[in-house]
This record gives sequence, C-alpha cells and structure tokens, in this order.
Amino acid sequence: MPCPQPNNSRQAVVRIENLQKAYYLPHQELSVLKGLDMAFYEGEYVSIMGPSGSGKSTLLNILGCLDKPTGGRYMLGEHDIALLSDDELSAIRGRRIGFIFQSFNLISQLNILENIEVAMYYQQVPKHQRHQRAMMLADRVGLADRLHHRPFELSGGQQQRVAIARSLANDPLIILADEPTGNLDSKSGSEILQMLDELNAQGKTIIVVTHDENVAARTHRTVHLLDGRVERVAERGPACSNA
Amino acid sequence: MLERMTGVVQVSLRSLWMHRLRSGLTMLGIVFGVSSVIAMLAIGEGASQQAQEQIAHLGSTNIIIKTVKPPDIEIGDADSGQTIQEYGLRYDDAERFRETIPDAQVVVPVRRQPQQTQYRSRRVTAELVGTVAWYPELVPIEIRMGRFLSPLDLHYNQAVCVIDEMLLDILFRVDDPIGQQLKIAGEYYLVVGIVREAAVASQEDKQEFARNTRGSGVNGKIYIPITTMKSRIGETQIQFGGSTGSSGEKVELSEITIKVPAMERVIPTRDVLSSMLEQFHKKKDYQIIVPLELLRQAARTKRIFSIVLGSIAAISLLVGGIGIMNIMLATVSERTREIGIRRALGARKKDIVIQFLSETVLLTLIGGLLGMALGACIPILVTVFGKMPTVITPEAMILSFGISAGIGLTFGLYPAYHAANMDPIESLRHE
Ligand SMILES: Nc1ncnc2c1ncn2[C@@H]1O[C@H](COP(=O)(O)OP(=O)(O)OP(=O)(O)O)[C@@H](O)[C@H]1O
Ligand SMILES: [Mg+2]
Repeated sequence: MPCPQPNNSRQAVVRIENLQKAYYLPHQELSVLKGLDMAFYEGEYVSIMGPSGSGKSTLLNILGCLDKPTGGRYMLGEHDIALLSDDELSAIRGRRIGFIFQSFNLISQLNILENIEVAMYYQQVPKHQRHQRAMMLADRVGLADRLHHRPFELSGGQQQRVAIARSLANDPLIILADEPTGNLDSKSGSEILQMLDELNAQGKTIIVVTHDENVAARTHRTVHLLDGRVERVAERGPACSNA
Repeated sequence: MLERMTGVVQVSLRSLWMHRLRSGLTMLGIVFGVSSVIAMLAIGEGASQQAQEQIAHLGSTNIIIKTVKPPDIEIGDADSGQTIQEYGLRYDDAERFRETIPDAQVVVPVRRQPQQTQYRSRRVTAELVGTVAWYPELVPIEIRMGRFLSPLDLHYNQAVCVIDEMLLDILFRVDDPIGQQLKIAGEYYLVVGIVREAAVASQEDKQEFARNTRGSGVNGKIYIPITTMKSRIGETQIQFGGSTGSSGEKVELSEITIKVPAMERVIPTRDVLSSMLEQFHKKKDYQIIVPLELLRQAARTKRIFSIVLGSIAAISLLVGGIGIMNIMLATVSERTREIGIRRALGARKKDIVIQFLSETVLLTLIGGLLGMALGACIPILVTVFGKMPTVITPEAMILSFGISAGIGLTFGLYPAYHAANMDPIESLRHE
C-alpha cells in the first residue's frame, strides 16, 4: 500500500487513477496496464520493478507524456494530461520531465555541450544562457573537459552522465529513468546511481525502472508490477518515516 | 527570432555537410533545372532585345523594299556582245508610292553602290549612298558635325557629301573634315557633315560588321544627294569581262523605304505595296522587308526556346524535386531515433517540421545558387559558339531563387510532416 500518512501534508507531483493502457492489434486487444492507482510525492525516490513485459516501460512512458493512456486519469502537477494538446504535451516533456534512458539516447551528430543544450533550445532559452547552464551541468556530472566531444567518443558511463546533465537542463519536476544502469558495468553503474542519490538528496523527484534489487534498495519505495497490475509496494525510505 | 533562424540554418547546414556526397547528388536535378531556366530566360531575352534593337534601327513603322537581282534575268542584246541587265526599283515606283498610297508618310528612295573614294593620298572603298534630305526621318541618324543633305542640295544636284564616323576615322585622322574635298569616282565632293547611324547592336556585332565589311572592301558610308548621284555617276555599272565582252547592270534604286503613321497600318500598306509592285514589275526583282515582322519572328523564336528549355527545366525540376523528397524520406527514416529523442526533450511537431523543411529548402537553395552559376555560363557559351545574343536579367535570378525555394518547400513538406507525425515511442525504440 502507498504511504498513507503524508497524503495531505505533501504535494503529489504525479497522481494516476485506474490508469489503463491497451494496444488494439488487428485480431486482439492487448491490455498492458490494467488499472493502476498511484501517487508520487515531491522529493520521492521510487523504483518500479517487475518481470519483463509487466508494463514498466509502458507506465514510465505514460508518466513521461510520451504515450497516452487508453483509460483512467493522469494528473501531473495541476495538469490533467488527457486534456492537453500535442504541443502542450511537448512543453510538459521539455519543462517538467527529465528522461534518462537505458541506451543513453544522445544525438550522435551533436557534441556533448549541444546535447545538453537541446532541451533548453526547445524552451526558447537564449543561446548565451543555454551555453552557461550546459557548461555548469557538464561540470556537475564531471565532464567539463569533454564538452566538444561527440557521444561515440565517450564511454557508456560518461554518456549516461551526459544524459543526466541533459535531463536536468530545464530543472524538471520529475526525473524518469528507464533502467539507467542496464547497459553499464557495475562500476560506472554505481557512479550513475550515486548521482541519482545526490539529485534526490537535493530534492528532485525520481522514478526509476529497474531489474536490479540493489538499485531498488537505494530508493524510498518500490512498486512491484505484475502483468499490468500493482503486485505490492515495498516501503523503506525516509519519505514516510519523517512524516 | 533571428538567432533562432540562424540556429536552425546552422544545424541544417551541418547535417547537409555531414552527408555532403548525398547532398551534392541530390541537388543535381535542381542545379540543372535552374540552370536551364536561367539559360532559357537569357536566350529568350536576348532574342527579343536583339529584335527590338533591330526594329529600333529599321523603324517599326517602316516598310523597306529592296532591289534584288532576279535569278532568270533576260539577256538583252545578245548579238552586240554587250549585255545590260536592267532590273530593280525605279524612280517611278517611289513616285507612284508617294502619290497613290495615302498612308505613306515618308518615302525615301536610296541607291547604294561601292565606290572608290580618296582624300589626299588615302584611298578606300566606301558605300556610296544616294538619298534624299529626309532620309533621317526613317533611319535614326545622329549628326556629329555639320549637317545632313538639304533639299537645296538635291534640287541643285550639289556635289556635297556627308560621311559617317567610320570613314572619318579612316580618311581624316587629324584634319577637320568639314569643307574638305573628297574625291569620289573621279569627281570632287564637298564634305558638309559627319553622322553616326544608330547602333545596330552590341559592340561585338559592330566589330564583326567591321570585319565583314573590311573583307568586302567597304569602309563606312558616304551620303550624297540622289539627284547628284544620278547625274554624275549614272545608273549603269559596266563590268568589262573576258570573252563575252562587257556586261553591265542598270539599277535605278537600291531600296525604297516607306514610313506609315502607325504600326497597325504596316501590314495593310505592305499588302497594297505588294500588289502594286506585282502589277508594275514583271519579274520579282524586289523584296519587301517589314521590320515589324522581325519582332513576330523573335517572339516565335523566344516561344520555341521557352517551350524546349522550359520543358527540360520543368522535367528536371520535377525529377529533382522527387529525388529530394525521396532522399529526405530516407534521411527521416535514418534519423528516426533522433526525432524520437528530440520529441522526448520537448520538441513540438512544428519544431521537427521546421528542422527538416529548412534542411530541404537549404539543399534546394544551394542547388539553385549552383544552378544560377552554371546557368550564367550557358548563355555565355551560346553567345560565343551559337552567335546568339543572350541577356541575364536580375528578374531571372530572382525567379530562379524563388523556384528553388518553392521546390524545397513543396517536396520537403511531406517528409517533414512524416517526420513530425512519427510516434515518439516507436521512434525511440527504432534502431
Ligand atoms: N506498440 C506495441 N504494440 C503492442 N504491444 C506492445 C507495444 N509496446 C509494448 N507492447 C507490449 O506491452 C507489454 C509491456 O511492455 P513493456 O515494454 O512496458 O514491458 P517492460 O515491463 O518494460 O519489460 P522489460 O523489463 O523487458 O523492459 C509487452 O508485452 C509488450 O509486448
Ligand atoms: Mg522496459
């Protein structure tokens, strides 16, 4: 069960009610999410676990406004996502959400600095300001000396650090990470996790999808999905205890 | 806004540069299309300007009747061993036109003949033009010094002459020509004026004219009263041949030019002249030239060129455009992942459209500029080797630029929308 006490005292960043997602294939209806109810609070660090095909990525994509649910309600802050236009969804993705992908997803023809700047570019941040902030973020993830390198010149761990810097560009409300360490060895993986921990310590809301118990162990709460439903929720972190 | 635009252009240029071979090959269609547009317009414009210049020279309301030697000329007095061929326009033709054709505002008879002319020790063959005082009313003539022939000169068969600048340069290098005596066909004429006939065409044409006339030994023109020419030089030219004895030609007038008051009157008057000449000339020893028809001919030339080159241009632009669309679709599918990433990072559909559209338009604009450069070379080659005048107008350049941009927009729109409407999730999953 989700954390019961702090509901009234803390702001829910994300709230989903009876969220459903089905794919309508030619000969069948494939129900992937079968009614999920959840709330994520400001400053929370939540992990989502579950067997392959249980709908974790699907859920994360919906939370990231990349995908649309086929039923239920999704409130992000004060916005009901179902009511927003495509342009407004783009704006939400750009301003409110920071994505970190398993396969890094940097743009190969841009250098590191430009990759970090992309998200700000679409929010009309002036060039000078964009530059300043991108350099600051690159410095923060320890890549100040790699600004003009192209992504393929970096190691996986370094690429993922660029992705973290990029996700922070517009100071988002939540960070969504889909198996951020899935493609990394344990050393660079733990560096990345260290960074996520630090971000959360600074107050960022983070939702991370993972197969790794060690990753889940660092989070305050773990939502276990099974076949499109919440199987159980494991509470462990400070999110509830300090309420 | 400007910063954003230059940003978009920069990104597009970079991605075009990354695939420069592909970009280069893709723009070939546009390059050839645009260059044929430029060439077409330049040739068409050249033809019509040339026609206009010719008409300005010949006069759009003039009708020119020229004496031509009929092919089946009769042998006059075969027995005497002397043959005089008599043909061509006569004074009574000119007289008849003046009296019977109401639209004939001005009638100018002209007789031309190459003649030896001499000033001091300099001797040269020039074209002797016997004409009337009102000759300048038909052919634009600029008086540089002195005066043209006067009615009194004609009336009294004065031995005066007016020479053109070309002859001036040859005969009088430093002397003041006015008042000097020029020896023509053995008799002396007083120089009373220097004239320049309106430029026939460009400088090159003039040089070519000079070259040609030097070949035939004619250097410049001498205008004298036609009455003087008749009385002093006569109308018969005798050539002393070998076995057949001497032969001669008797031609009264080389040409008669008639000016009508308006362009609409040109064709009707031509018809009247034609039937009148048929009646009084048994042989066809004349030719009617209507400058206005040159204009029609030029328009026809221009139209043919426009159709031929226009079709080449249209096909090549269409094929080029489709090629570009094809490549852009390939580019879009190659960059599906990038599109997904950009969408996840907050790019609106509009942003994606702008990105790909600007890439296509830049591609076609670069192609268009190259096409313009190439297109500017083709007319030069046409002028040098095809001996056709060409004119590249700024309008043609602007039009070509517009066409390139238009092709980019037209054929870039579909790939750009295709890119923008891809599902972000599927794009992100794309390998
Ligand atoms: N576009 C689609 N059309 C049809 N079915 C889909 C589509 N996308 C996902 N699915 C199905 O939805 C289900 C959930 O997929 P999802 O990617 O969310 O799983 P997951 O929990 O992230 O798995 P993994 O741990 O392997 O990443 C899968 O059975 C998948 O086949
Ligand atoms: Mg997944």
